[in-house]
Amino acid sequence: MSPLPAVEELKALIEAGVTGAAVAVVPNSSPSGQHSLLLDREHARAVAEFLRDHAELRLDYCSLVTGVDWLDRETTEKIKVKKVVEGPDGSQQETEVEETRKTKTPGYLEAVYHLFSMEKKHGPVILRLRTANRADDGHVPSLTPVWRSAEFQEREAFDLYGIVFDGHPDLRRILMWDGFVDYPMRKDYVPPADDALAGVHA
Amino acid sequence: MSVDEMVTLEAGPGEIMEVSMGPHHPSTHGVFRMDVRLEGERVVRLKPVFGYLHRNHEKIAEHGAYLSAIPYTDRLDYLCSMTNNWGYVLAVEKLAGIPVPERAEYIRVIVAELTRFQNHAGLVGFLLQDMGASGTPLMYAFREREKILDLFESLSGARMMCNYMRFGGVRVDCSAEWLEEVRQLIGRLPRFVDEFEALLRANEILMARTQGVGVLPRELAINAGVTGPMLRASGVNYDIRKVDKYGVYDRFEFQVPLGDHGDVYDRYMMRILEMRESVKILEQALRDISDGPIMDPKTRLRGLRPKAGEAYGRIESPKGELGFFLVSDGTMNPYRYRVRPPSMINLTILEDMCLGQNVADVVITLGSVDIVLGEVDR
Amino acid sequence: MLGEGIIQGLLETARNFFGSYVEKDRLVTVQYPEQRHPLPEASRNFPFLLYDGSEPEAGLRCVACQICEKECPPRCIHIEKSKDKKPDFVGKQQFYPAVFNIDVSVCMSCQICVEVCPFDAIRMDKVFELSTSNRFGGLLWTKRELAKSNEYYQKIHPTEAAECDDRREKELAEAQAKAAAAATAKAAQAAAATAGAGTSAASANGASGNGAGAKPAEVPAKTTVTP
Ligand code: SF4
Ligand code: SF4
Repeated sequence: MSPLPAVEELKALIEAGVTGAAVAVVPNSSPSGQHSLLLDREHARAVAEFLRDHAELRLDYCSLVTGVDWLDRETTEKIKVKKVVEGPDGSQQETEVEETRKTKTPGYLEAVYHLFSMEKKHGPVILRLRTANRADDGHVPSLTPVWRSAEFQEREAFDLYGIVFDGHPDLRRILMWDGFVDYPMRKDYVPPADDALAGVHA
Repeated sequence: MSVDEMVTLEAGPGEIMEVSMGPHHPSTHGVFRMDVRLEGERVVRLKPVFGYLHRNHEKIAEHGAYLSAIPYTDRLDYLCSMTNNWGYVLAVEKLAGIPVPERAEYIRVIVAELTRFQNHAGLVGFLLQDMGASGTPLMYAFREREKILDLFESLSGARMMCNYMRFGGVRVDCSAEWLEEVRQLIGRLPRFVDEFEALLRANEILMARTQGVGVLPRELAINAGVTGPMLRASGVNYDIRKVDKYGVYDRFEFQVPLGDHGDVYDRYMMRILEMRESVKILEQALRDISDGPIMDPKTRLRGLRPKAGEAYGRIESPKGELGFFLVSDGTMNPYRYRVRPPSMINLTILEDMCLGQNVADVVITLGSVDIVLGEVDR
Repeated sequence: MLGEGIIQGLLETARNFFGSYVEKDRLVTVQYPEQRHPLPEASRNFPFLLYDGSEPEAGLRCVACQICEKECPPRCIHIEKSKDKKPDFVGKQQFYPAVFNIDVSVCMSCQICVEVCPFDAIRMDKVFELSTSNRFGGLLWTKRELAKSNEYYQKIHPTEAAECDDRREKELAEAQAKAAAAATAKAAQAAAATAGAGTSAASANGASGNGAGAKPAEVPAKTTVTP
């Protein structure tokens, strides 16, 4: 097993190898220590090809494609602001007032790729692609042209999460049936009521 | 599409006939369908269709605690519940940094290799059945498989849905008598493999049916993420037991059998040879197992809350790389729980293997992939 | 030679056929249901509730803590806690399940309820011939169908039951010792109080009134969850 460069080095390698690619390290604080790389959507395909063909890395095997749903988040933080208020005697006083401020972080859908190398026997290198938002723009580039193994798994992520993989050769539902409308693995999915069984029970 | 449109029975030469093989078809090993387009007997297109057994295992697991997902993993590849358990607990151990005592690791190796043996025995039996050797080899295979399932039952309480492993170890310790029974059984297993091999290995019909059929080239196998015996039949030396050395696999001496044609015959032989290697590993594991705890008493099973983060754990299951990807948000339920189902991903190249073959060869090519629909559909 | 492989194979078949008359290893089937393979001790099927003594209803060990209800993966246990309490085997007042149902048609025999129960109240049974013609109610077991005696448990899982009985005996002895110690301590305290200052006699009386009787000192809930 040849050693794999650390994520920071990988980032530098990619940015040197693929012009214009913006790569960010997503740290992982769990004991597994599997950090990942966030790619920009425009250069993802080029980066994937670079990683697959790089003589040292040779990440020829894409093991796993996962869809993850990150909901819109609302974080409330209390901040202290200085305000000038009029005192009871009419003078201007500066006091500190606590204000709650709400920040909305828009959610996104994420496709996570776990790469290994069968030739060099190392891995995993984890790539992440994020969609612009969860509602109307769920597009990421497909990596199936780079790794065939992503074909069914990307279809699955499309089926269950609604991530649209641009450039996928055959993007259809795979586990749910064709007429199904919703995306059942999303966090805000509401299953239909069990009406179908009601008559049977009676 | 109506039935009439699907099956055009009177196709003349050069005409295209569409056949929907499955979902209820004895050769599909479950509810699995292939939309096959035929030109005469030749396959010109094949699209696998599945999902008939989909019950959204991943969503169920995301709704439950970490512990409650273990019995559900039994039901993925329902022939190999022990290895499924292992893949999942390995991922949780990575996610939460849980140590595993040595004895538990040895027990895991023993049950996992027994699982591999019985899976391969069953698969070879089914494959031969698909080829028309109806019954006899399958019954021989099942006879041995039953003996292994008996051992599982006396250890874990159930024959197939073992629910045996826990993060941090295994659920119950095995007794000395149980180990002795395993020892006795694996003393007899090589004879079974020999007989089984003699039964059909040199059989002219088998050779004619399998050699050069369903060839999977090496480069395609790698690129399509094929794993397990199927990948090794195409000549790629990649066995996660050797690569990751998870558990205590670094302590055993065994070989990774490799094929060089990547055809159905090689895949069949791969299973036979791996059964022999499993017996070797079992002998060493039974020799080296020592007394000790099976679980760290500090391990929390109920109400485990791993720190926020993620982990991917993978093992070499009998079917290929079985992986579990877990994302924790610091609560009692996994935020994301993902299974890497080896037999589903091995199906990706089914079409490539079948193109240009006769329709009868589709059946054995599919048989040699070794799919279990509980895992393909989840 | 063409056909050699086929002949070799037929020889194997013959070996197995004749071998099945002499070798036990080659003949493994039995004529069910007249003949049966014995079930191993560890074998498990569906849960049952244990009771002590001869009264199924009164002797139920379950204290309706509802841990198993929460942990059951397919959520097939339904428990309703009682309003009143009754003493458990060490004499501590505990709730009991007013309703305890398991939908066996949903249960997946995973044994998690047994593992998480801190009161040794639920165990796995071995019966498997349970078919019923009633699709919706036939496999919904209530307290009555679920309750099985400790003797039955000792019969089907002897090793496990012996361990469990040992543990409970120890616990009972501990609880009794503790209660006795607490009672003597209370008595001594009361005596000291009366001997010390005559004015505190009233409060000492109150204390001894609390300590004596059916309610022994708090026994910590047992947490020996089998891993
Ligand atoms: S965990 Fe045990 S004591 Fe608690 S409700 Fe369930 S069976 Fe009763
Ligand atoms: S055995 Fe499993 S499924 Fe059945 S009641 Fe117990 S916890 Fe629930």
